[in-house]
Amino acid sequence: MMPFIIKNLPILIVITPLMFSLIVAVLNNNRLAWTFSTFASFLTMIFTILLCFEVSYKSNISYYLGNWPPPLGIEYVIDRISIIPIMIVSVIGLIATLFAHNFFTLEIDEKLVSKTYSLWLLTIAGLIGLITTADAFNLFVFLEISSLSAVALVALGSKVDRKALVAGYNYLILGAVGATFYVIGVGLLYGVTGTLNMGDLAQKIPALGLNKSVIVAFTFMMLGIMVKAAVFPLHIWLPNAYAYAPSPVSVLLAATSTKVSIYIIVRISYTIFGSSYEIYSFESLRYILLYLAILAMFAGTIMAIFEKDVKKLLAHSSVAQIGYIVLGISLATSTGIASSFIHLINHALIKAGLFMSIVAMGYYTLKRIDVKTIAGLGRQLPITFFSFVICALSLAGLPLTVGFISKLYLIKAAYISEGIWLPFLILVSSALSLIYIWKLIEGLWYNEKSLKIEKIKELPEIYLPLLVIAFLNIYFGVDASLIIDNSFIASDALMSGIK
Amino acid sequence: MANEFYIYLSILTPLIAFFITPLLSSNPNLRDSLGPIGGLITFYSSINIASLYLDGEVLSFTFFQISETLSISFKITGLGVIFGLVASGLWILASIYTIGYMRGNKEKNQTRFFTFYSIAIFAAICIAYSGNLLTLFIFYEVLTFSTYPLVAHKQNEEAKKAGRIYMGILVGTSIVFLLPAIIIVWVLTGSLDFSTNGILKGNIPNEYVTFLLALFAFGIGKAALMPFHKWLPAAMVAPTPVSALLHAVAVVKAGVFSMLVVITYVFGIDFLTETNGAVWLIWISSITLLLSSCIAITKDDLKARLAYSTISQLSYIVLGGAIATNIAVQGASIHIVMHAVGKITLFFAAGAIYVATHLSKISDLNGMGKSMPLTFVAFFIGSLSIIGVPPMGGSWSKFYLMLGSVEKDYLLVIYILAISTLLNVYYLLEIPAKAFFQQKRTNIQVTKHPLTVYPTFFAAILTIILFIYIEPLKDITNLIFGN
Repeated sequence: MMPFIIKNLPILIVITPLMFSLIVAVLNNNRLAWTFSTFASFLTMIFTILLCFEVSYKSNISYYLGNWPPPLGIEYVIDRISIIPIMIVSVIGLIATLFAHNFFTLEIDEKLVSKTYSLWLLTIAGLIGLITTADAFNLFVFLEISSLSAVALVALGSKVDRKALVAGYNYLILGAVGATFYVIGVGLLYGVTGTLNMGDLAQKIPALGLNKSVIVAFTFMMLGIMVKAAVFPLHIWLPNAYAYAPSPVSVLLAATSTKVSIYIIVRISYTIFGSSYEIYSFESLRYILLYLAILAMFAGTIMAIFEKDVKKLLAHSSVAQIGYIVLGISLATSTGIASSFIHLINHALIKAGLFMSIVAMGYYTLKRIDVKTIAGLGRQLPITFFSFVICALSLAGLPLTVGFISKLYLIKAAYISEGIWLPFLILVSSALSLIYIWKLIEGLWYNEKSLKIEKIKELPEIYLPLLVIAFLNIYFGVDASLIIDNSFIASDALMSGIK
Repeated sequence: MANEFYIYLSILTPLIAFFITPLLSSNPNLRDSLGPIGGLITFYSSINIASLYLDGEVLSFTFFQISETLSISFKITGLGVIFGLVASGLWILASIYTIGYMRGNKEKNQTRFFTFYSIAIFAAICIAYSGNLLTLFIFYEVLTFSTYPLVAHKQNEEAKKAGRIYMGILVGTSIVFLLPAIIIVWVLTGSLDFSTNGILKGNIPNEYVTFLLALFAFGIGKAALMPFHKWLPAAMVAPTPVSALLHAVAVVKAGVFSMLVVITYVFGIDFLTETNGAVWLIWISSITLLLSSCIAITKDDLKARLAYSTISQLSYIVLGGAIATNIAVQGASIHIVMHAVGKITLFFAAGAIYVATHLSKISDLNGMGKSMPLTFVAFFIGSLSIIGVPPMGGSWSKFYLMLGSVEKDYLLVIYILAISTLLNVYYLLEIPAKAFFQQKRTNIQVTKHPLTVYPTFFAAILTIILFIYIEPLKDITNLIFGN
């Protein structure tokens, strides 16, 4: 049994949530559906952990789906790079599933809850599939699976606020445009190389030299994924989608979906086109990404400062944080990419915690969570407030939290490659971010109560996920070596692919 | 290993107090006794650390290795010994005083107050014994954030505004200036560890020294160098024990301590003298110390006046560092002690007056000397120490600072110090003079709390003791630059 599992781990992490999503869809009992989903995501995480051990001494696992060798068959590759986003998705997936139950019961029609869990698991399966696959077209399939199920999940927020339908629609249209762009690029590449396998593509592209189709393909693919990754200014779908989605969906999407897309950006530019790095050198794209990232940092932060709706505020802050991650990639140095990976992990921990604690506060209003409606809640919800403050300070980059580690390495990387001006811009924007973080903490800390609810009690069910995420934010802020070392291993592995 | 035990003890004691305090909220007497007990233990271990340091022992340990060049580690340095002694010793006094103040004033949320009070002390001790810039920065920020609930203790609109200024300036400067400065040092030297002769020499082009020092000087907002001084007057909305221990001792001294550490252990004073990189800092700190003295005169609110006086006194210490000679830095580090004791006396007195009479304006204090003689005598003695009149401790540090500026031929600095002393006389002695020699205007009810009065008087006596018993302090400062 065990060798079989070990051998098939790369597919098991995808197939487990996929299969369970089918089972969950036909269940009538909501609690049972939740239990099954929790079990599925728990199993996925166990498999991921096993895979981690496997990868740490094999360094590269190649898995042929149905034993069909590439380029004909579909190949799954797990290496020191892809294990990072897989870990993010499965850990956050489990925490978010644990957290989801109360909120789905409250915010979604009772009949739809089990279907919601089905979509939920489908999203997780799609995201993990996106990371593992080494086939450019298969990637498109997973892109659609994860996007469409995520769109449906966002639209389910319509019981609370009808605007969720519009938000979901926008997400659908822009997501479809992005996916189409991507598939156009893949089509062009297939036309000139005759292969879809990423490793194969990487080998064949250099021979084509400055072929126009390849250049156009590269552009299309990158643009398509940049929409998905919400790189400024292609982020407009994101704030509304995060804000109007049902609470647990905001948590899952904010922490995982854009991270996975950013990983794909890295894969496309370094793995597929990395072998002809000189020709498609990042140099031109690099500066575009760099300036977009700087714009994102400031635009996202400033939008967040003026935003009153807390979930939207956090979404705008995500846009800014994606800016930091993209900035690290755009430096195109080993330290730069490593700092991106560090922030990729850390930001997932931070944003998951922030969204969880904020929506937990919104549980009592069932309305939009305004800066004013949460006023004074800190005292009544001490555990929620505690984990909120930890994650918020982590977002601000306070030492002893993960946010500080990210900032430290990002600034070091920026200083080494660009000199003092870039760190200065990063730090100014992160100082600005204190304004909106402080607005939230202050609102919770002071006494002006605006909610007229007599008895507010915390839900003991959500203590576990909240405290776990707060703990992780602090633990990896002190013992950061695990994250730092693995990020550097990943970035070195990526850079070694460049000739 | 056995000797490192004292570092653990002094760091862990306030941390344990932080964890235990919330559990004892139902038993206020037990809860409040944690402060004095913790203070005694920490002070005891600080004295042991000091004597081990004088014996030439090198105490250090790494708490956590984050990556090859990054670690959270502690190391005993001469400057650290001094700051550790000040912070822990005055914690004993302040914690007794705090009990009197909080009870006499019937403040709310006392458990929360004491909880954050201990964590702030913990951060201060960690800063004192930090072994590299990263550790220093980490606990510098912890100190800022842990004092916010204390500053905003009253949770009203005024506290909210003050809290914003407090956090805005302290966190803003530390993120925008201090953090990049530290990272630049990290990139240039590949290390963040302190060394008695500095680590930057030979690693940085001479023309960048000024720039890097400016990042540090303005990044350490806690040193309250103009134009980043506004947070200190804003912090005065806090209950007086916070102003006394934290905003006259722990927080601001953490700021100037960091400045001195950066100047001596990161740049190295010889390197600064060679490159003339710190000359501008002499003038900035001179301007700060004169301007803030002038502002202090205009303030009628007692605590605001003391706050501006603190800003001015902090600049003495920065000035000592900027002059960058052995004697000046010694003078600056002695001033850390002397000003701490003197200023805590003044704040204690201000708080004792507030508890007894609910007066906070200087103009209302006319004739109060007769009703509160002990408090005002203490205030008088404390003022003399700040001014620098023998036989109070403050005279030593001023003497050394002047000696340092003579050594480097900064005659203008001597004049500035003299003018500032005159200003000190004017704005500090006005208060006891009014209290003793003017007529009382109205009948004010006085209800003293003994635990606020006696610590005040004891602190005043301490300034005299420190004048006589200066030898051990001098021995420690002699070792700042190694043997």
